[in-house]
Amino acid sequence: MKARVTVTLKSGILDPQGKAIEGALKSLGVDGVASVRQGKVFDIELAATDKAKAEAALKAAADKLLANTVIENYRVEVLS
Amino acid sequence: MKSAVLVFPGINRERDMARALKLASGNETAMVWHAETALPKGTDLVVVPGGFSYGDYLRCGAIAARAPVMDAVRDFAAKGGLVLGVCNGFQILCESGLLPGVLMRNAGLKFVCRDVHMKVERSDTPFTRGYNAGQVIRVPVAHGEGNYEADDETLKRLEGDGRVLYRYCSADGVVDEASNFNGAAHSIAGIVNERGNVLGMMPHPENHVEEIMGCTDGRGLFAGLVQQFEKAA
Repeated sequence: MKARVTVTLKSGILDPQGKAIEGALKSLGVDGVASVRQGKVFDIELAATDKAKAEAALKAAADKLLANTVIENYRVEVLS
Repeated sequence: MKSAVLVFPGINRERDMARALKLASGNETAMVWHAETALPKGTDLVVVPGGFSYGDYLRCGAIAARAPVMDAVRDFAAKGGLVLGVCNGFQILCESGLLPGVLMRNAGLKFVCRDVHMKVERSDTPFTRGYNAGQVIRVPVAHGEGNYEADDETLKRLEGDGRVLYRYCSADGVVDEASNFNGAAHSIAGIVNERGNVLGMMPHPENHVEEIMGCTDGRGLFAGLVQQFEKAA
């Protein structure tokens, strides 16, 4: 079973990396970039075949390690 | 004082730390590998040194914070044992839940490696008793992610309880924007937990302890810790 966990910074948290990327996009002349926030994507393969169990495992993975919930939000998706 | 320095893959200041601890206490320092599940018997102080544990993968300190030895450190801290985390060690303590908040990318985006000044906010703690309250000391920093942040509620509590022990300042002790080189909330350089037995700080006092280093302002921290145990004994 394939899954994806997306980790993003909570709104209001300063994102200097996103700001730097935003500046680089503007200097490259990419039009219409209002703002950039960067994050992380984890593609995970699971042995589980039960969707609910897989989601529970991914949630545990995100809470315990993948995200620092002081500053980050995460989203769990089971893809197939 | 018997100290134990934790060693994780990618840590690089463990020997500086062990040297500073030996200089202050006269005792050999135990080096404790991250896969250990117990601390050496009779440990008085656990130090989480600086470096780049696990190459700063995922988030600084995130993987080290989940190492087996950290469960032993959590137990040790819960029983009131003293824990000091420096630089990556501070990041590891935040990630492990022993200290609140998080260390974000420096506001100026650059890795900063130079001497800075910090003010000792109070002298009545095991981690500051070697200094006078209000004293300004010069210490080296070397980090890209030392910008301490926490939610307003946490910051209010840290300030209200006097848990900010070290704060960045100018050479003459003024806490201002200009001296807050990494953008940390309230110019925070070091904080303790609620119980006051776990300190995390970004600067490296262990690198200012001998004349040959050009400055000995870091000695007070170690001398104070040693005094703490002499007093107890």
